[in-house]
Amino acid sequence: MPGEHFVVPPHWEWYILAYFFFAGLAGGAFVIGTMLRLWGNPADKAASRLAFIISFPLLLLCPILLTLDLGQPLRFWHMLVDVKTGTPAFKAYSPISLGSWGLTIFGLFSFVMFLAAVDEGGYLRWRGLAGAGRILTSAVGKAFMLIGAIFGFFVAAYTGVLLAVSNQPVWSDTWTLGGLFLASGLSGAAATVLLLSRGRRDAAVSDGKLMEADRYFIILELILIALFLITLGGVVSKVLGGGWIILWLVVLIGTLVPLVAEWRPAMRRQVPPVVMPVLVLVGVLALRAVIIFSAQA
Amino acid sequence: MATPVGFFTDTTLCIGCKACEVACKEWNALPNNPLEFRGSYDNTGQLDHANWRHVRFVEQAGTSQDKPIAWSMMSDVCKHCANASCLEVCPTNAIVRTEFDTVFIQQDVCNGCRDCIAACPYGVIGFNSDSGTAQKCTFCYDRLQNNLKPACATACPTQSIKFGPLDEMRQTAAVRLATLQQQGVSQARIYGNEEYGGLHALFLITDKPEAYNLPSAESAVLPSRNNIPGYLTAGVTAIVAAVAGLIAFRRRGESSSSSPSAGGAGSSPSPSGGGPGSSSSPARGGGQGGG
Repeated sequence: MPGEHFVVPPHWEWYILAYFFFAGLAGGAFVIGTMLRLWGNPADKAASRLAFIISFPLLLLCPILLTLDLGQPLRFWHMLVDVKTGTPAFKAYSPISLGSWGLTIFGLFSFVMFLAAVDEGGYLRWRGLAGAGRILTSAVGKAFMLIGAIFGFFVAAYTGVLLAVSNQPVWSDTWTLGGLFLASGLSGAAATVLLLSRGRRDAAVSDGKLMEADRYFIILELILIALFLITLGGVVSKVLGGGWIILWLVVLIGTLVPLVAEWRPAMRRQVPPVVMPVLVLVGVLALRAVIIFSAQA
Repeated sequence: MATPVGFFTDTTLCIGCKACEVACKEWNALPNNPLEFRGSYDNTGQLDHANWRHVRFVEQAGTSQDKPIAWSMMSDVCKHCANASCLEVCPTNAIVRTEFDTVFIQQDVCNGCRDCIAACPYGVIGFNSDSGTAQKCTFCYDRLQNNLKPACATACPTQSIKFGPLDEMRQTAAVRLATLQQQGVSQARIYGNEEYGGLHALFLITDKPEAYNLPSAESAVLPSRNNIPGYLTAGVTAIVAAVAGLIAFRRRGESSSSSPSAGGAGSSPSPSGGGPGSSSSPARGGGQGGG
């Protein structure tokens, strides 16, 4: 039974929405790159490279957005350093604190894999980078990638937990948000790789696998959406009422249409190939928007 | 450590004069409220960055036709909880507990992330867009350090707001409650002895807590309750997603890697060779452009 609180909204708005969106895609892309590399065929290397290459620039947007959202942007570093003691500011039970460290550490993994992927793909000819691509094939490199993927999972998921660890109605009334944001982030990341593999023969080889993975991620996301709505109990009217239903329709279109299209190739052939990934991405954004904004309305 | 201090606000003595609000604003140099008609004598509205005391006019249906409205007035303030939600979530350690056991936001440390605002179950903390920080009642920390009573308690003309050592305030509240109950005010109760580990702002109220925008003892829960369930769900989802990835991306016969992708670039043939080195070589030598 949700507790009755008299909390006021924190006014987390557009910057936070964009941050949650890009964090999901950055973490998800790294995880997908790792899975393709570890479990896929040699032919999947190009799609894996693409995933690693998009993860880092997307991640770079995250601290920028978070900093812009702060009331005192120049004090962004207070998230990591206790200014009174000079020691690291780390609170395991504060998701923002944990997330700040998670983002920082994941940034390191994401950056290294970005360099490795750029080198392996031959996109940047720079002597200082020579040999970085070997990380992708060595045993140590694979272990590195695997640890990075754990942080990728975390970065994509913790934003949901961050909302839940509050006393805000809706957010704090459910335990599903971490999983939900993770599933939708993975789905969005698969869609982003699919979108960017258009016109790239080497990466497009893996499109079939990415579509299959996206199908599973969407199913997982739909299950978690159902659980989210169920767990809200009486508060559910706050997210479904008023104009929010329009955003939910966008979420449904962004999940169900690509899902049905997966099973009906004839339907998929009738629309340009970019349509389905774009629908998925719009759905991912709408899901976060409806959860962030409806609770604060 | 100094003696823990507390407020005891007796709502049955409050006359709604707002002297506490004025004294608070004056001492702490808080800005005036904009002039606007709210349809109520409660023209302060709520606690926020510029209102650290708020005389809440709780308007309830009266008992007779000649008294259509009954007012219960309560001078609301930060509760300085023993287990404070704001302090728990603050990532920068800007929110600290003072030597008086009160909760204080260090303005030179706060970076305005507003997580404390999402956490406070009493809606006490406000965001000051001028300073870019979260602000709330300091319990007149500067006055306490100089052995002075907080401004609000000093100004209250009816002694509705009492200030003193917390234990003393609890005793005073218990005595007053007993007196009122003897006089037949059976609905009277003390709020703050149990909620959030005990509040440093106790209230004597004459209705259920929710009528005063106070969560009940059962609802007085901390944000951290959702940490384990939240991460656990994320962990289970990650495992399921990894299994899904294993199924989707698993190593198959070379032909299958290019198979089910009709209607898009997925129909492109796989690179010739397909060996371990071959997937990198086409991009390197094939002029496919930078990622």
